[in-house]
Amino acid sequence: MSEVLLQIDGKEVSAIEGATILEAARSVGIIIPTLCHHEKLEPYGGCRICSVEVDVRGRTSVVASCLFPVEKDLVVRTVSKKLDRIRKSLLEMMLAHAPDSEQLQVLAQEYGADRERFGKEASFCIHCGLCVRYCAEVKKKDALGFIDRGARKEICFIPEIASRECWECKECFPLCPTSALQAAFVLCKALSFPPETGSQEEVNISTLPVREQND
Amino acid sequence: MNVETIDQIIDNHQCEAGSLIQILLDIQSENHWLPKEALERVSEKLRVPLSQIQHITTFYKSFSLVPKGRHEVHVCVGTACHVRGAQRVLDTVQDQIGIKPGETDVDLKFSLETVNCLGCCALGPVMVVDGEYHGNIAPARIEETLKNYE
Ligand code: SF4
Ligand code: SF4
Ligand code: FES
Ligand code: FES
Repeated sequence: MSEVLLQIDGKEVSAIEGATILEAARSVGIIIPTLCHHEKLEPYGGCRICSVEVDVRGRTSVVASCLFPVEKDLVVRTVSKKLDRIRKSLLEMMLAHAPDSEQLQVLAQEYGADRERFGKEASFCIHCGLCVRYCAEVKKKDALGFIDRGARKEICFIPEIASRECWECKECFPLCPTSALQAAFVLCKALSFPPETGSQEEVNISTLPVREQND
Repeated sequence: MNVETIDQIIDNHQCEAGSLIQILLDIQSENHWLPKEALERVSEKLRVPLSQIQHITTFYKSFSLVPKGRHEVHVCVGTACHVRGAQRVLDTVQDQIGIKPGETDVDLKFSLETVNCLGCCALGPVMVVDGEYHGNIAPARIEETLKNYE
C-alpha cells in the first residue's frame, strides 16, 4: 500500500491510499465532528455533519469526509464559514427531531445552532443508522432495520429476533446519538406485543429444512 | 398462501438474493399481498435478513403487508384526469364498493387506490381494474363495469 501526501488545514499529511479524509485528519489530531461514523462499521455518509471542503483540480466542493478517499495533493479545509453554516443547519434540523440529545446539544453550542429554528417534531431518531448497522455488521443478528422512507422512515425491531437477542446484548443502545431511550422504547413495544405463535402454518414453515445458518 | 407456491416462485428465480424484489413482486401478484410467513420463507431461503426485506417491502408502494382484495381498482386523479372529472369517477367507485382509497372490502373482493397519472391522459378519466384500462369512463358506466369482476 502506497502513501499519499495531502494537505489538511494547511498541514502536510501522509495517509495510506484508500483511507478516508476523516482517518487522515484524525491521525494528525485534526478533529472533524461526526455523528453516524463508527470505527467498527462500514462508512455510511448519513448525517453529513463531517462535511469538509476539498479542492481538486481547481474546483472546490463539499464532501463527506468519512466517505471521501484521500488523493494525492488534495487540499482539504475542515473549517470555513460555509462549513459552519452547513453544520449549523444540519444540527437545527436534527434538533427538531431530537431536541434533548446531549451529543447534538454539544455540537449546537459549538456551531451556534438554534434549537427552536424548526418546529419540533420529536421522533428522537436522526436516521444515523448506527443501531441498524451495528446489529447487522458486528452482532450479525439483524434484529432491527429501517422501515418506510423519507419523513416517515423509522427503526423497527423484528420482534422474534429482538426478544431472543436484545436483553442479553443491548450493545447498540449506547451508540445512539439521540438517546438510547428511543431504541429501548421501540424494543419494549415490540416485546409487549409478541407475535401470535402456534398457528399451524407457522409451525409447518419453521420445521421445513433450510440451509445452515452461516455465522 | 402455501409454502410450495412460495418455494416454486423462489426456484423460478434460482433462489438468488439478487432477485429478491422480483420474487416479492411475483408473490405479491400471485397472492395480492405479502403475508409474514411468506417473507420469513423468502428470508430463510435467500438468506437475506428479515430486517432488510421489511425495509424494502415498506419502501415501495407496490408491496402490501396487509390483505388486498382479489381485484385491484386504481382511479387516476392526475391533473388531466382531474379536469376531466376524476373526482366524480372516484366518488362513484367509492359508493359502489363501499370503501375509500387505501382500503379493502370485507369480502376481499376489491381494493381501491388512487394514482397520479398513468401516462395515458388522452383517455382520461381513467380507471384501471387488474391492469385493464377503462378509458373515458363515465360514472354511469362504472357499476356495470365492476359487475364483470367476481
Ligand atoms: S441489542 Fe439487539 S438490536 Fe442492538 S445490537 Fe444487540 S441484538 Fe442487535
Ligand atoms: S435509533 Fe438512534 S442509533 Fe438508531 S438510527 Fe435512530 S438515531 Fe441512529
Ligand atoms: S459522519 Fe460522515 S456523514 Fe455522518
Ligand atoms: S392524469 Fe390520468 S392518465 Fe394522466
